[in-house]
Amino acid sequence: MTPTQEAPVASRPRTRRDAVLTIDDLTVVYEVENPVTAVKSASLTLAPGEILGLAGESGCGKTTLAYAINRLHKPPARIATGSITFHDRDGTDVDLLALGEQELRAFRWSKLSMVFQGAMNALNPVTTILTQLDDVLVTHEKQLSKAQRRARAAEVLERVGVDPVRLRSYPHELSGGMRQRVMIAMAMLLEPQIMIMDEPTTALDVVVQRDILREIVRLRDELDFAVVFITHDLPLLLEISDRIAVMLQGEIVELSTAEQIYADAQHPYTRRLLSSFPSLSGSRGAFIRTGVDEGSPLEQDTRTIVLPDPDDLEDPR
Amino acid sequence: MTSIHVTDLTKDFSVRKGIGREAFRAVDSVSFDLLPGRTVALVGESGSGKSTIARMLAKLEKPSSGKIDVTLDDGTPVMGSVYRRHVQMVFQDPFASLNPFHSIEHHIARPLRIHRRTRGRAETHERVLDMLERVNLRPAEDMAARRPHELSGGQRQRIAIARALAPGAQVLIADEPVSMLDVSIRLGVLNLMGRLQREDNLAVLYITHDLATARHFSDEILVLYRGRVVERGPADDVILDPHHDYTKLLALAAPDPERVGKVVSDESAPDRSSIDNSICYDHYARAWVQAGSAPAGDALAAKAAVR
Repeated sequence: MTPTQEAPVASRPRTRRDAVLTIDDLTVVYEVENPVTAVKSASLTLAPGEILGLAGESGCGKTTLAYAINRLHKPPARIATGSITFHDRDGTDVDLLALGEQELRAFRWSKLSMVFQGAMNALNPVTTILTQLDDVLVTHEKQLSKAQRRARAAEVLERVGVDPVRLRSYPHELSGGMRQRVMIAMAMLLEPQIMIMDEPTTALDVVVQRDILREIVRLRDELDFAVVFITHDLPLLLEISDRIAVMLQGEIVELSTAEQIYADAQHPYTRRLLSSFPSLSGSRGAFIRTGVDEGSPLEQDTRTIVLPDPDDLEDPR
Repeated sequence: MTSIHVTDLTKDFSVRKGIGREAFRAVDSVSFDLLPGRTVALVGESGSGKSTIARMLAKLEKPSSGKIDVTLDDGTPVMGSVYRRHVQMVFQDPFASLNPFHSIEHHIARPLRIHRRTRGRAETHERVLDMLERVNLRPAEDMAARRPHELSGGQRQRIAIARALAPGAQVLIADEPVSMLDVSIRLGVLNLMGRLQREDNLAVLYITHDLATARHFSDEILVLYRGRVVERGPADDVILDPHHDYTKLLALAAPDPERVGKVVSDESAPDRSSIDNSICYDHYARAWVQAGSAPAGDALAAKAAVR
């Protein structure tokens, strides 16, 4: 099935699956000297075409959870319990934790792709954008000719609002926002059913960030993929997501619709996260220069567990 | 106390173009005052010239033209090492701005020694502990012995603030001090800066692209676009009643849960080409002025009245 031969997007029948991904009781443990449980029995379902926000501060396990969905963990990280099931468009269910190496290789990117944290620096600096996009197609769509691959690469770039002329550019010739768009283009190259975006806009300024968010929502509407959007910026999540899961120390402490979270947050931690953003247009609130006392709970760091840096984990001590 | 008066500050960079070079104007005739006890926020997107202004104030970059007058209360110009002592900077990335090789004590003791603020090891040590207490890093004795990698981002940024204040800073230039930090500790660091400002009557230049904290944390906001100030005025006026197209665009782009309106796909992209950075709305004068021109006489009077 080549993307170019597919039926136009609008006429694609919407399947009546009620979930595209089910995570049940997932626990991820880093088996270091004092084992750290980075994700504790997390359960959630992702509906097709849904944007699910995953919020929480650094070290709460957001990225670990995303990596687990993609089976990217290496020892000492270990998926201790739980199951992750992908419900394919054609009706088959795939148990992600049982996939073998080759199946996993075929599964990744074509069904589920990821925009990595620090996407601005995730491109290879020594090859052109075309080579990097081509790489994905050569691996997954062997039957395409060179011209077809090029056309497909140009098409996705255009879709995210980057001029296809840029195919010949190297990453350093692009601005941060453009590199981010290229990463998103790369993630949607094979029209996956799920895209995981790990802090895709963190390093960008607000105007560019808004451009990219708009792009993501538009592409979601056109292509009907589900998005897991990871960030610590709760106001941003409130604007873009359908549902929001709030994580604290590896546990999902609250999962609800965006409206519900904003209007009536149940967990004290969610309320605290919300209150740590001064409002743009609202009243001054409990803020700052009037001399709020610093012993207030906002001040304290809730993190009692500190995750080892993934990079540290890889080199043998 | 030290105050800074910036007049028509301009910076040109030389950039490569083909085989030749051409001048790129990063900052174009920017004027403002930094006065003790007041915070001025510089707001704008990446590349608008915010950090270049900060670097020029900290003498890390030489202005192409324009004046930076730093004076004491009686009008004596501040120069040389006193300038360097009084004008201190807090950088954006606390993970890069501290040397991983040295202890926390070293980071704070070094400016004390360089500026000859303390004599002898015992006095320096005591002052270091004082500074750590002031930025709420307790127990200070324990913190002083640690190295940067043992601290969280928020704690590191506190060290950076303590380091800036240690030699007796009077003007603090904070270049996106919280943008690399976790949201839940951002307010803590800003609150801390607010308290230190009140205690020491500091003049603060707060550089950010986050409109919400700019509004709450500063007295005056300057909106920068492509090197020019396009809107200036009291914080609330600029944010709640923006006049310039660019300020409106910024305000619209900032996530704000209280505003109805999610990100939707058919939202039209803003048209950048219509944004004109040659005019500036001055909320003090309540009028449009030529961008780059210093605030008019009556504007200064209005400003004085606000104070």
